Amino acid sequence: MKHLGLIVNPIAGMGGSVGLKGTDGVAAEAARLGAVRHSGDRAEKALRELLPIKDDLCVLCASGEMGEALARKLGFPNVQVVYRSEGETTADDTIRAARAMEGADLLLFAGGDGTARNIYEALGEKTVAIGIPAGVKIHSPVYAIRPEAAGKLALRYLEGKCRRTQEAEVVDIDEAAYRDGRVSTSLYGYLMIPDERDYMQHGKAPSPVSEHAQQESIACDMVERMLPDTYYLIGPGSTTRTLMDEMGLPDTLIGVDLVCNKKIVQMDLSEQEILKRLSEKPTHLVLTPTGGQGYLLGRGNQQLSGRVVKKIGKENIHVLATKEKLFHLMGRALLVDTGDEEADRLLCGYTRVIVSYHEEQMCRIATE
Amino acid sequence: MKKIDRSSKVRTGFHQAKWDEPVIFELSKHGERGILVNKADPKVAEAVEGVNALPEFLKRKEAPALPEISQPRVLRHYARLAQETLGADVNIEIGQGTCTVKYSPKVNDQLANLPQMREMHPLQDESTCQGIMEIMYNTGKYMCEISGMDRFSFQPSGGSQAILGMASLVYAYYKSRGEEKQRNEIITTIYSHPSDAAAPHVKGFKIIYLHPDENGYPDYEAFKAAVNEHTAAFFVANPEDTGVYNKNVLKFTKLLHEAGGLCAYDQANANGLLGVTRARDAGFDMCFFNLHKTFSTPHGCGGPACGAVGCSKELEKFLPAPLIGFDGEKYFYDYETTNNPSAIGKIREFNGVAPVVLKAYAWIRSMGPDGLYQVAKTAVLNNNYMFKKLMEFHCVDAPYIPGKQRIEQCRYTLETLAKETGVGTADVQRRMMDFGMHYWQSHHPYYVPEPMTLEPTETPSKEDIDEYIETLKYVFDEAYNDPEKVKNAPYQSVCHQLDESNMDDPAQWAVTWRCYLKKFQ
Repeated sequence: MKHLGLIVNPIAGMGGSVGLKGTDGVAAEAARLGAVRHSGDRAEKALRELLPIKDDLCVLCASGEMGEALARKLGFPNVQVVYRSEGETTADDTIRAARAMEGADLLLFAGGDGTARNIYEALGEKTVAIGIPAGVKIHSPVYAIRPEAAGKLALRYLEGKCRRTQEAEVVDIDEAAYRDGRVSTSLYGYLMIPDERDYMQHGKAPSPVSEHAQQESIACDMVERMLPDTYYLIGPGSTTRTLMDEMGLPDTLIGVDLVCNKKIVQMDLSEQEILKRLSEKPTHLVLTPTGGQGYLLGRGNQQLSGRVVKKIGKENIHVLATKEKLFHLMGRALLVDTGDEEADRLLCGYTRVIVSYHEEQMCRIATE
Repeated sequence: MKKIDRSSKVRTGFHQAKWDEPVIFELSKHGERGILVNKADPKVAEAVEGVNALPEFLKRKEAPALPEISQPRVLRHYARLAQETLGADVNIEIGQGTCTVKYSPKVNDQLANLPQMREMHPLQDESTCQGIMEIMYNTGKYMCEISGMDRFSFQPSGGSQAILGMASLVYAYYKSRGEEKQRNEIITTIYSHPSDAAAPHVKGFKIIYLHPDENGYPDYEAFKAAVNEHTAAFFVANPEDTGVYNKNVLKFTKLLHEAGGLCAYDQANANGLLGVTRARDAGFDMCFFNLHKTFSTPHGCGGPACGAVGCSKELEKFLPAPLIGFDGEKYFYDYETTNNPSAIGKIREFNGVAPVVLKAYAWIRSMGPDGLYQVAKTAVLNNNYMFKKLMEFHCVDAPYIPGKQRIEQCRYTLETLAKETGVGTADVQRRMMDFGMHYWQSHHPYYVPEPMTLEPTETPSKEDIDEYIETLKYVFDEAYNDPEKVKNAPYQSVCHQLDESNMDDPAQWAVTWRCYLKKFQ
């Protein structure tokens, strides 16, 4: 029998229905403005797709509106409540419920980017998950394109028809800044999702080879370029992780690691540690855009500060990205926001992005 | 008797044969034979050495693993497969954008099938095949006139091979100057054919792609930033798959020449340009034409074709031998370039696919110069009629230069349809097959979301184009009223709902039957 984790964030999406651009910290105000809860309805659309295998499924869920009520309403025969919440649910409830579901074959969760952050905080990449889009902000490609698609993909995964998984970014917008009219996304981590493009957000860039195969090809190119006795700072991201895999090295997925002669020198460096290292050897920087909007610097990798960039120099920066990732930018520039105008200016203009083995695309770097 | 209702152009009654036919290897039955060949007469066996004439290393150790199958079962197998195709003679060929599927006159097939042509052998003495040599020589001259180039080779038997030929010319040129190691980069665009990157990659070049600017032209500023001392050449189509013609192309070729690079024009499809523009006049040093596209020979479904490669006088000495020469009295195979150590050598055996060149020659002669120009005008007119009609649909859009005309084809986007109905371009493709219509999305990867690429050529009448548009509209209406109907298509066609999971994983690919057996049996 397969175990399905189910988490519904009952307040997800409420802020959007009354124009609040998010629900984080403003659920009460949203309710006062007349917002209605609909994440349960969206989760129901997804869960219905799993009814054909309900007898072979054990649904692990949180109590009440967080999942139990829905699973029982749809008639799933094996329902196990693994976490009980009391009163109005919070992000902490999502985190605790997810932790209680560790080891499930698959976790289905309904919410928005904030919920995805909670799931990541609870489980990291330990459990394969699929997001049911129900929140105001859906920027993380851990979400399916529609609730039904989440259910269909869950069915395929649980039936063994889709076996591959891949890392997908958990990104979120700073809601306070967004309410002030500024869009600022950051990368918070990665969740493991079933690897089927047609069902997931940002998945529609059909390509002859998978994103991971593209990343491997990029890694081969980058390894070939690496000079002896030279430091390489490897920035965060799944493409740079594949580069580390290619060298057989461990990595910090959302940190900066230092490599020399294909060996780890230091992991997860701070800005100060990086600056100290720069005086030791010639240093190159390897980056990949993150966070949905194509940020190269300034979102989730602040240790690569303006001072670091100026010392390394634009000519020693290597940018890696799959064709798929560049497709999602739809011609927009790669962005930098180090907080240091001089450093940002230095980086602006055209750069060559490695997209495959001995293949590059000319891309523009800009500050907005 | 009831009056026949022809009020709708949509062929809702179409139903294709579907046989669930196994692969021929699966039909094999040990010991079954199509023909039982008699043993050789003892006198004959005595007179010839037979397999004993072969050196030992050339002899097979085991019999080849060919299917063993009787004649009627072979015939039935291929007749069934034939019923499962949707050929150019039974559907309105508009849906295969970039392929330039035009009507290929049957009389030219008959010409190519004459015994004088069919039974000719490429190793015959040249004195016995002066006719086809004259035709090849003259076709080369016509190609020169159409492109502005100085010499053509018909050796490459397809477009990608022609691009490999051009990449080889580039390499040979720099090798002759001792610069082949330094000049190792080729610039192309994301909307040029993927082979414009793939073939030079095979030749060992690094590939640099340009994105389009906001108007859909290759980004000139990015081009300037990309060109350096390593740039060997610029490989580009114009118009690209979007149908947008880059009016600034001369600026690109000029800049690259100033930087010491060469310019190669992908004219696989030149249907909108015949008699209008010439590659050489736009500053290109080489180009190629797919005779099976623009010159109506026709497409061979992977069968014999011709990517005719032409180049400037300066590069002529690198072309593959033999070329065909004329000394004023007779035509001869010109092997002069084999004396040039930098020449690219053979791309394939002999001098190209002779019947294909013959058909192109016949087509060009039947059209004449004015006719060729009329082809371009009509193809562009047809495309823009269709473009205007389709852009009236709420769910259809086309990126770049809004309101301005395209050349001979257009890449549309059905992004709105997908957002509003969940029906994507792949669903539309399968549903169009239910009405006996081809439909094509785009090369991979998709840079236009939910792409749809259509190219009417000069062939279809206004009625044909209207039928295609009406069928598309029927599918779009279905998408809004009953999206599941479209998403679950096809119903009447032979094509399947493909399970695309793992299709993008090279580890799961099986490109031969033997490979399939190894991986999955």
